[in-house]
Amino acid sequence: MTATLRPTGTDPSPAPATGLARVRSRRRWVVLGFMAPAIVGFLVFFGYPLVATVYFSFTKYDLINAPVWIGFGNYVRMFTTEPLVGTAAYNTLWLVIVLTVCRVVFALGVASVISRLRRGLGLIRTLCYLPALAPPAAATLVFVFVFNPEFGPVNRFLRAIGIDGGLWFNDPAMSKPSLTLLVLWGSGELMIIILAALLDVPQEQYESASLDGAGPARRFWHITLPSISPVLLFGVVNSMIFALQFFTQAVVAGAAAAGTADVAGNTKYIGNPQNSTLTYPVWLYVQGFRYSNMGYAAAMAVLLFIVSFAFTAILVRQLRRASHVEEAA
Amino acid sequence: MRKASMRVLLVSVALLVASCSGAAGGGGGTSGDIGAAPAKDADLTLTVYSKFADREYREVTATLETIRKKFPNIKINHQGNQDDDKLTQSIQAGNPPDVAISFYTDNLGNWCHNGAFQDLQPYIDRDRTDVNVIPQAVRDYTSYQGKRCAMPLLADIFGFYYNKDMFAAAGLPGPPKTTDDIIEYSRKLTRFAPDGSIEVAGFLPSMPFYGNLAEVWAPSFGAKYLNAEGKSGLAGSKQWQELFEFQKKLVDFYGKEKLERFKAGLGDEYSPDNAFHKGKIAMMFDGEFRTAFLADQAPSVNYGTAPAPMSPSNASMYGGGLVTGTIIAIPKGVKNPGASWELIKHMTLDTDAIVQLSNGIKNMPTTADSITSPNLQVNEQFRTFLDIYSSGKLVAKPSTAIGDAHLKAVNDFAEKWIAGTETDLRAGLKKVDDQINDALAQK
Repeated sequence: MTATLRPTGTDPSPAPATGLARVRSRRRWVVLGFMAPAIVGFLVFFGYPLVATVYFSFTKYDLINAPVWIGFGNYVRMFTTEPLVGTAAYNTLWLVIVLTVCRVVFALGVASVISRLRRGLGLIRTLCYLPALAPPAAATLVFVFVFNPEFGPVNRFLRAIGIDGGLWFNDPAMSKPSLTLLVLWGSGELMIIILAALLDVPQEQYESASLDGAGPARRFWHITLPSISPVLLFGVVNSMIFALQFFTQAVVAGAAAAGTADVAGNTKYIGNPQNSTLTYPVWLYVQGFRYSNMGYAAAMAVLLFIVSFAFTAILVRQLRRASHVEEAA
Repeated sequence: MRKASMRVLLVSVALLVASCSGAAGGGGGTSGDIGAAPAKDADLTLTVYSKFADREYREVTATLETIRKKFPNIKINHQGNQDDDKLTQSIQAGNPPDVAISFYTDNLGNWCHNGAFQDLQPYIDRDRTDVNVIPQAVRDYTSYQGKRCAMPLLADIFGFYYNKDMFAAAGLPGPPKTTDDIIEYSRKLTRFAPDGSIEVAGFLPSMPFYGNLAEVWAPSFGAKYLNAEGKSGLAGSKQWQELFEFQKKLVDFYGKEKLERFKAGLGDEYSPDNAFHKGKIAMMFDGEFRTAFLADQAPSVNYGTAPAPMSPSNASMYGGGLVTGTIIAIPKGVKNPGASWELIKHMTLDTDAIVQLSNGIKNMPTTADSITSPNLQVNEQFRTFLDIYSSGKLVAKPSTAIGDAHLKAVNDFAEKWIAGTETDLRAGLKKVDDQINDALAQK
């Protein structure tokens, strides 16, 4: 420690400088030593798969035999002759936009209501969180049952009040909105996180704003939102990743709506109805592991990486800019 | 510092998404050379992967264990509920089971093409095994481009099921023999509720749904997936057009909205809530295995079975039908392929084992001796499928290296065709051809 306190240039002899360098070097190694498990984990589980995926994307690879270099062949196919990748990309983009917005707004809305409760807070909070604990496959099967056009309780209720309920998961126009409802039902985790952020906003700020004549809407806009914006940013990024990787619910809902719970080993029911639930990760999986086109699947993964990186970068930049403007105001 | 943190966050997020969704890595076992048969007293355990569950799992396990009549010290570790995805991944990871059983014949071409399943021909030649006791169509779907990389573990024959009580009530004398009959009978058997919704459907034309798959209907119209050049040629096929026009007539009769709503209310195919079990549909295409499900889940249903009706232009094929079935193979990289082959040989060519398994899970026995075995338990409904099997008019799906990509493409088109989102039949089928040919070009 004394070495760092000594002013530079006060001692002309080189020995202390060497000592300082040695101390710094030793400290660097200690830091690296402590970080080593994380670095190794990062390289093995993130770095290598990413580099390997990029490499495989330029090959014809079936996972059994050695990859064969084909240059940009997989990328050319993706943008020219393979028809379902466009459908899958559209479905996922739809989910990224609609599901992200709905999930964050819904979780914020529910958390805002719960944060104002004076009685039964614990019970309501638990009830709102419980669906998040349901396994995705089971929750989806239950949801498909609840929204069954013929005997599902939702359509029965709608019929009772004179409304002709839709076909929900059996209608290509309704299947993605139905999946969005399923996700909203299970968004308890995000709701709890936002609720914690809401409860953390200093009450004095609200009191001061009230004294200055600010109504609920202005208080929410000028106090609540800026205070919880980092959490909302997390919610948006988290929801985007969730949507980009949307898999289990889409596969199970498509198959269940087609009259079977069995999709393992065949792809005939995947995407049902009319490929409206065929998401990008599902098609990537089918190409890689069902059709043994791992090179093509790797190319799809690389594109997903680029798109998700760009999405996140733009979003973070925009939100940071908005937050700086708010702080300046 | 904040900028740096933000960059780290961005990179981490993107890496996380790509790494979780992407698929890297690989591996695979070493190719197994032809293995010697185990000694009579060899003490070893054979691991078998299959997708069988519950009742069928118990029956298959019991039959697998009959290998001990020949090799008393061999133990069987039968792992059920192992689907094709898990099987493929185990081969890719270099940790395959000794014997692989798959329900999905469609994946065989892919496994055969990439070497995930070993060629059985050297074993067949070494043991001078006569596989000609199995019909040609069955031999066809268990091989790919002449390479035999699987054997049939019983077979599935698709025929036609009809509810006898509903037929009697409608004054219908017997099962339909042509696809025109299906349309006519459907009109007589269908019951609409006062609000116009369907109460009971004579025949459900929705696809893909239950046994209503393009590949199941195709033999009735003589429709083929691949032309002589090995490419998809559906757009130029009169048979495929005939098939979809037949479907359209039925959809128009019911009304697509009503049909979709009715279909949505039907139970799972393999559950006791199956629509045929519940008397919600009067006729359907299905395999012989349905007889076991009906006996188990709905014994009170009074039903009959018949060969699949044929289109008028394909009437000479009446009595035949689609054959497919479970396959059994030696995966790449197994430690003791010689022992694996002995188990496969026992399960697929030993008459007693085949008959025991057929009696247990009500699938079609495959060899000439097993079909005529006095020990085979045959009831009236199952007899129909034995007759189809022996008809000489069996049709198998083509074995391709693209898995079931061609089947998905056609079934996807059928969905759009029924819904009316695809109205130009020829143009729609042309797109299907392009899709299938694109997939074939990758191999």
